[in-house]
Amino acid sequence: MTEKARPKKKKRVISPKRREQNRREFLRTSALTVGIVSASLLGFIPIANGSSVRLRPPAAIKGRLYGHEFFAACIKCGQCVQVCPVNAIHLGDIDDGFGVGVPFIDAREQACDFSCDGLQCVLACPTGALTHHLDFPADARMGFARLARPKACLAVQGKGFKGQARGPAFKGILRYAEIDRWNPVPVADHPYDLEICDLCVRQCPIEQRIIECAEQDRQAANSDKLARVAQRIGNECPPKHAITLEPIESADGVKRMKPVIQEGCVGCGVCEMICPVESAAIVVDLDKNADSLGG
Amino acid sequence: MRRNYVVESLRQIFGGKPSRPTKDQVPEVLRAIYQGKRGNFTKADLEAAHIEHKRTFGNKWQIRRWATLIFINLLFVISYHFDVQLVEGALTASRVVGFHMADLNSALQVTLAYKEVVLNLVIGTTTVFVLWLLLGGRTFCSWVCPYHLIAEWAEYLHLWLVKKKIVKNHVFNRKVRGVFWLVFALLALVTGYTVFETISPTGIVSRALIYGPGLALIWVGLLLLFEVFYSRRAWCRYACPIGVTYGVVGLFSPVRVKYNAEACHHEGDCRKVCLVPHVLDVTIRGAAFDVDQDVVADCTRCGMCVDVCPTSSLTYEIKGLGKFL
Repeated sequence: MTEKARPKKKKRVISPKRREQNRREFLRTSALTVGIVSASLLGFIPIANGSSVRLRPPAAIKGRLYGHEFFAACIKCGQCVQVCPVNAIHLGDIDDGFGVGVPFIDAREQACDFSCDGLQCVLACPTGALTHHLDFPADARMGFARLARPKACLAVQGKGFKGQARGPAFKGILRYAEIDRWNPVPVADHPYDLEICDLCVRQCPIEQRIIECAEQDRQAANSDKLARVAQRIGNECPPKHAITLEPIESADGVKRMKPVIQEGCVGCGVCEMICPVESAAIVVDLDKNADSLGG
Repeated sequence: MRRNYVVESLRQIFGGKPSRPTKDQVPEVLRAIYQGKRGNFTKADLEAAHIEHKRTFGNKWQIRRWATLIFINLLFVISYHFDVQLVEGALTASRVVGFHMADLNSALQVTLAYKEVVLNLVIGTTTVFVLWLLLGGRTFCSWVCPYHLIAEWAEYLHLWLVKKKIVKNHVFNRKVRGVFWLVFALLALVTGYTVFETISPTGIVSRALIYGPGLALIWVGLLLLFEVFYSRRAWCRYACPIGVTYGVVGLFSPVRVKYNAEACHHEGDCRKVCLVPHVLDVTIRGAAFDVDQDVVADCTRCGMCVDVCPTSSLTYEIKGLGKFL
């Protein structure tokens, strides 16, 4: 029926003015499409030139290309930002391109010190961009620390350290088990007086955990042995060493030490934050981690 | 002859022209209504009706809507800054008193880019889907999206400039919004990045409110300038894929705006205030298929037409529950 009706239908006459309007609308619409799609694709520039490479929260998934799958899986909601007890996590701005709204950590300003113990950011993540396969801090593979400027390191120079690690104006906070096991306090409120500087080792959350485990073991040995076994399974207690201070040979008789990064390093960045030298003698490399080094 | 609500909605969401009845398709009763109104209203009558309506009705729905939109977005801000944990996260994904919610379009982008779905995201997406299925799909746009509100203010500026003949409105082909939806879905799938999120003003503004302003707001500013000086409500009308996603959800929603032709003067005030005026084509004399017609799903249920209609020919309805206004 429609086939019969079609030839009868009069062809609509379009006035030249209307045709011109249509033509312009088509051109405008094409320009809008190209404009908006290109604008969105500009987000690839920071990815391509590597400026979007940053320290990510613990357990950020890693793909074939660095950061690629993490950017994809992250829904850019910032729930990880909200739960972090030390406010270490920030969201990327538009100069991170496709990384806009994706969480990162600026370790020198405020590192992740695992104050939360339970990896709150991982629990908060709604999409699994922070993978739930992680059970405890020692499992994290955020990066790997490196003594980037050994000559600047106070321990290597054989020097001690006295005063506030990062000066009085530094806003970063850290958990000091000896002050308060549960609440982090400002680094500026906690001056040191050290014969030889060992801040990166002393404040390393993994090293602190090892001390804590030893303490627990000691207490448990005095009471209930079954409890000790249960805890070991649940917490991987103690974890492997992350950083140690080792003596180095010196001809001049000065006692010199060197921080040596061990296979237990998770790349949290506390050593980078606490390092009293400007700029930090020890930094976290983002393209390495304990697993990639081992294998 | 009735039009199919779902088919007609889909056609208009993807940019098609609203279908019009042929002369024979207009039912007898509707033709009688049109006839009865001929010459019965003077301009003075209309003016009086307008004044009376404005006095008694005001901007009832606009006030309610703005209050709701501001309240919801404030909940996010307050929850974070005062650590009350009512609504954690941002509009892209959140936890409402511990329960997962995920914006449908953001979830779609993430799923296409990452190609893997975790349970929490399924829970969040389903919850939000059911929520907007009940509340009307694009209701999200006008009642929740923070960019919508800012764009609404920019629209007033645009309309004022148009009135002063300083700027001219340029229209685009509405089909392009469907193209954007498809392009951004494909880009997510192919590149593995959530490309649309980079420029989505909804996400950018929501995060800026909660986590503090950033450079990304420059992009939002550019969009607003474009809307003020070049094209009225361009982002929402022609570009935003979020609107398409929620529009499709709205196909099956019971919350709609209903048009009744009986008292309508066909003077077109509703189409002038509407963000998506094509959905109100039915209010044109001779364009309705029936005396009562539901406005199609591309409607954002903002209620501007309900506010402005002097004869209450446009009202909210919940299908199956009767009128609630």
